Amino acid sequence: MELTGAEIAIRCLQEEGVEHVFGYPGGAVLFIYDALFNQEQVKHILVRHEQAAVHAADGYARSTDKVGVALVTSGPGVTNAVTGIATAYMDSIPMVIISGQVPTHAIGEDAFQEVDAVGITRPCVKHNFLVKDVRELAGTIKKAFYLAKSGRPGPVLVDIPKDVSNTRTEFHYPSSVSVRSYNPAQHGDAGQIRQAAQLLLGAKRPMVYAGGGVILSSASQQLAELVRLLGFPCTNTLMGLGGFPATDKLSLGMLGMHGTLEANMAMQHCDVLLAVGARFDDRVIGNVEHFNQEKRKIIHIDIDPSSISKRVKVDVPIVGNVAHVLGDLLEVLRGSKQKREAKVLAPWWAQIEGWRAKNCLVYKNSDEVIKPQFVIEKLYEITHGDAFVTSDVGQHQMWAAQYYKFDKPRRWINSGGLGTMGFGLPAAMGVQLAHPDATVACVTGEGSIQMNIQELSTCRQFHLPIKIIALNNRYLGMVRQWQQFFHGNRYSESYMDALPDFVKLAEAYGHVGISIDKPSDVEPALKEAFARKDKLVFMDFKTDQTENVFPMVPGGKGLSEVILSEEL
Amino acid sequence: MRHIISLLMENEAGALSRVAGLFSARGYNIESLTVAPTEDATLSRMTIVTSGSDDVIEQINKQLNKLIEVVAVMDLSEGEHLERELMLVKVRAVGEVREEMKRMADIFRGRVIDVSDKTYTIELTGTGSKLDSFLQAIDCSLILETVRTGASGIGRGDRILK
Repeated sequence: MELTGAEIAIRCLQEEGVEHVFGYPGGAVLFIYDALFNQEQVKHILVRHEQAAVHAADGYARSTDKVGVALVTSGPGVTNAVTGIATAYMDSIPMVIISGQVPTHAIGEDAFQEVDAVGITRPCVKHNFLVKDVRELAGTIKKAFYLAKSGRPGPVLVDIPKDVSNTRTEFHYPSSVSVRSYNPAQHGDAGQIRQAAQLLLGAKRPMVYAGGGVILSSASQQLAELVRLLGFPCTNTLMGLGGFPATDKLSLGMLGMHGTLEANMAMQHCDVLLAVGARFDDRVIGNVEHFNQEKRKIIHIDIDPSSISKRVKVDVPIVGNVAHVLGDLLEVLRGSKQKREAKVLAPWWAQIEGWRAKNCLVYKNSDEVIKPQFVIEKLYEITHGDAFVTSDVGQHQMWAAQYYKFDKPRRWINSGGLGTMGFGLPAAMGVQLAHPDATVACVTGEGSIQMNIQELSTCRQFHLPIKIIALNNRYLGMVRQWQQFFHGNRYSESYMDALPDFVKLAEAYGHVGISIDKPSDVEPALKEAFARKDKLVFMDFKTDQTENVFPMVPGGKGLSEVILSEEL
Repeated sequence: MRHIISLLMENEAGALSRVAGLFSARGYNIESLTVAPTEDATLSRMTIVTSGSDDVIEQINKQLNKLIEVVAVMDLSEGEHLERELMLVKVRAVGEVREEMKRMADIFRGRVIDVSDKTYTIELTGTGSKLDSFLQAIDCSLILETVRTGASGIGRGDRILK
């Protein structure tokens, strides 16, 4: 039977098992929206801004193991989506974005709502397509899903001109796809894996450094087995939190700019470093020269060869899917005759315990003013460490990462690479839709939340009972912190004046709002909010205005050049 | 160091801009870039002359390989290879210079491919340095226009990019 391009697009989504599409209609996608109207399998979530559509699809993908899907119109629809696409690209999130385009005959004529979608998104997608012939549409969408999910995942954009979506052709969805120029590695090289095993077994000061690749390849089980088998310390990056259980005694917590002292010091002073699905970025190892001053052997497992030896030279590169490589590595380690005794590592662990004993996350609580760290600790207790936590970007993000101990993967949803304010609430919508019965908390600030606050309306329409924890310090806190440390206390444009009454705002959107000013009210408010299973509750915590995030490795400094809290 | 990188890519709209965009986005140098379809109409062959430290060249190779439409990448300068560039030079050729210009073209194995009463257009092929030498050998005040293609490269003997 012949179908229109629009019907084909929707049939393709059905074939891919897509349940939710996040989008916003407009002229160039009207035929596609018409095709959506005539079916029930794919549910459309109408957001209030295209950026939110892409973030929601992103949160959906991060919290599941599925490809997120967004649908936007041409021109401003696409340009609004770009921030979301770039966010997903930086964090390697599998996503397919379908965008409308002006009719093929109008392309290049500066038509109404025309933008070169393929051109404008090229640097922030894994790949993109402009479909000029309806007969290529089904094959292209198949390819888009395959590319988004395989290898190092990423967003793929499919741009469909309006006339293509209204032209009929025979529909046939390919059962398989192959791209001759694209063959991502699966298994690592056996020789390299043996070499890695030997290095690990000979290590005196080992360290495991695990990133977002562990989450993306669903390899946390294998990682935990490996770390426990060897009895090595393990740190997670911001993107990798939950990849190894934070409450395990082998966990040193997060590393990097706001990582723990023990993680950063162990990273700096180890003799063998096993990097797994991580990319040594500037927020993680700080100054490269400083990092290289200490000699260590580095084993690096990553699906993307271009991530290996990009910033730091490694000794044993292993290109492959992290889950497969860790599985193979485990097998070699278990089969090895070379047995090691725990006492070999005892001096190293003693040194680590010394750093750990500094208790670098300690903060001085107060009876007068709410400490943001205290709110996160209470959030952790009340949700039993089992909530899905999304965040925006800034101080609150770091406190959430430091004080909420993630034991499971895919529970911590944040924009790590691009650092996109406005990510948290729409991402939480995607998470809640993917897990209707789960507890979803969005940790945010009064700055970030206003970057996509319009989504409170979407939450109302789709009955998404997200719990918003706004750490409201009336400042763009991270900006203020940098201004305090590095710009002589000149708080240029970082004070948030004329804030709305968030309680009334939440109520205006049909939600519940609570304002919390006293430390003693923190716990009762959280309990009350999380007890309201059917309601979105906006908690406006008026927190200490001048609290800073510690520890801190200033930009451009080395991991051991750390600023600790005044309490230490 | 100068490197000459050859790549095969899908002959599709936008493929060139992906490569060019990669170089500008990541701050890599492009000295020259040539591209044209091959005997297989679905493939284009590109030659890029670039320069950078070993680390940068390694990243360039990896990043090129990462582009979905790139089928194969080879750093020709890692082994024996040939490279040629085509140049068209339009020179003023009047009076006694006219004969001299013809002789110089012959010495460099160039050909005069267009003649007017005041000008010659000379076609020259060779390595970039040979073309440079020609331009240095003639009186530069006589040069009206030069067009160069940039280098195209190919491996020697059995060295084949497929």
